[in-house]
Amino acid sequence: MEKFITLTDTAVPLDIENVDTDQIIPARFLKATDKAGFGENLFRDWRFNNNDEPEPEFPLNKPEYSGSILVAGNNFGCGSSREHAAWALKAYGFKVVVSSYFADIFKGNALNNGLLPVQVSPQFLEQLFAEISKDASIAIKVDLKAQKIEIPQKNISEKFEIDPYKKTCLLNGFDDIDFLVSKLDAIKKFEEKNNKLQPATQL
Amino acid sequence: MKKTLFDKIWDRHVVESIPDGPDILYIDKHLIHEVTSPQAFNELKERDIPVFRPDQIVATADHNTPTQNQHLPVKDLLSRKQLKELSENCEANNITLYGLGHPYNGIVHVMAPELGITQPGMTMVCGDSHTSTHGAFGTIAFGIGTSQVSQAFASQCLLVEKPKKLRVNVNGKLKKGVLPKDVILYIISKLGTNSGTGYFCEYAGNVFEEMSMEGRMTVCNMSIEMGARGGLIAPDETTFEYVKDKEFAPKGAEFEQLKSFWETLKTDDDAEFDKEFSFDAEDIEPMITYGTNPGMGIKITGAIPTEGGKSDAKALSYMGFKPGETLLEKTINWIFIGSCTNSRIEDFRQAAAYIKGKQKANNVNALIVPGSRQVAAQIEAEGLREVFENAGFTLRQPGCSACLAMNDDKIPAGEYCVSTSNRNFEGRQGQGSRTILASPLTAAATAVSGKITDFTKHLN
Repeated sequence: MEKFITLTDTAVPLDIENVDTDQIIPARFLKATDKAGFGENLFRDWRFNNNDEPEPEFPLNKPEYSGSILVAGNNFGCGSSREHAAWALKAYGFKVVVSSYFADIFKGNALNNGLLPVQVSPQFLEQLFAEISKDASIAIKVDLKAQKIEIPQKNISEKFEIDPYKKTCLLNGFDDIDFLVSKLDAIKKFEEKNNKLQPATQL
Repeated sequence: MKKTLFDKIWDRHVVESIPDGPDILYIDKHLIHEVTSPQAFNELKERDIPVFRPDQIVATADHNTPTQNQHLPVKDLLSRKQLKELSENCEANNITLYGLGHPYNGIVHVMAPELGITQPGMTMVCGDSHTSTHGAFGTIAFGIGTSQVSQAFASQCLLVEKPKKLRVNVNGKLKKGVLPKDVILYIISKLGTNSGTGYFCEYAGNVFEEMSMEGRMTVCNMSIEMGARGGLIAPDETTFEYVKDKEFAPKGAEFEQLKSFWETLKTDDDAEFDKEFSFDAEDIEPMITYGTNPGMGIKITGAIPTEGGKSDAKALSYMGFKPGETLLEKTINWIFIGSCTNSRIEDFRQAAAYIKGKQKANNVNALIVPGSRQVAAQIEAEGLREVFENAGFTLRQPGCSACLAMNDDKIPAGEYCVSTSNRNFEGRQGQGSRTILASPLTAAATAVSGKITDFTKHLN
């Protein structure tokens, strides 16, 4: 997995609440069997109209907004567990998503793909939206080690929470598979000790 | 220390706890399907890691499958390729697959319970958010992403932080015409779509105790729609009776031994929850949704709330509704009875009981999609097919179908569909489609009248 340490970039504002993973990547694009290519269909039905023409009012299509930080409304990533949503955001070029709340499964999927979900207070989120709307080129800095998000130019910042284990993984580019495979002996011992606890379904 | 049902199951599945980090949680059963597994198999291949416990994995094809002519090659080439990869991956890794055409094929959350694969006290995962369904058996079951599917392949374990505990109590007597779907839509409408985020939810109270297993599955299925990773209900005689003679359930003395263990799986008196809510059954009426998330629900005779933020305004504009409006008498051209929420035999019995001797309205396209081949066979055996067909309903072959419209079963843009599925997100049932979530009874009544009506007046 790609490491994440710190990032300073401009942001794209998506001031919509309860953005579900069906909007991030609609189900009809889930037929692929590899991880590539989802970026072009990110927010497909919001970014494009039925004739596949870009919707000029959608923030990702507005020329003034660019950058690898997505700032989104409350409860981002709810709904389906599809990891394709995290792959699509990553492939489009986002490295950080900021919201005042993330759905559990999306948050896990993002962390497993080196896409950092930064949860901020509703007040700080409003501040971010306001500053970006005043100046689309304003830089936002995300520092994972310090667990801090800030707008250096305005001298405003907030600390954010992250599971210490996940933080170590992201800072070093480790992922869970390697860790779990390193634990197989302990897992086998657990199985031996507990083999009477569960019936083996006789398939 | 007093423990909840959730604690009791979780704690005995912890292989190790990482200091300041997640638990290594052992997974008893891992269910997979064609859409969220291919990239996980690829990940293992790239790293040259074998599947650790293939005999604890069961696969089915459901999301991306046609509901007509399942005996013929799948027309959509991308879908066909995805299904072929599932077959090849299962064969290469010795994983049991109930593919298209197999008598056990069906929606993953319908198939596993009806075969006795789902049992109380287990931990279960699947790359599908509605894995919460299996919690109906007193099981810790939750949806995972594809990275976690590969982790479970590699180690039969996952790294997960123990969620917080939430309990929702519903006591009292449900009104006539109020089904389990109405109960869960009511709860979500009261609590909102993110009240459960970070929690596992136990449902308690006489309303759940008196529900059938099918009803409990409908309730637990939609736990994720209030943000909870999973929901669960303490196993009882109803659970044991359901599991008892199922194909892969333990039999005889082994069953009795397990049953005495399963009977211990309940929340201790005075065990503590991080959050708790209680509702009266008498307050619940048949429910419908008016917006673009499952929390936007009202009683069928109710009016759309007038107070709401800009996200509510966006949702209403998509749906073509106005604040303060009632949906009664609204013309509906599509109904869908199916999905992992409501495609079990009891759902079709309830719909058929209402439809029998009636006709669908001329304007309505009424789609019935059983959750599995076994449910389809039961529909046939109980004579429900004739009831549906005589009333002008279309009965299809099993699959996820118009719940997420990955196959050809799509609701046209701009059309309303009263649907027994679980999500009313924009475009969920096809680009531009407008979903109104409801119970099988409400969907059946809507099909007959061609519009949303207060059908409870006509119930015997």
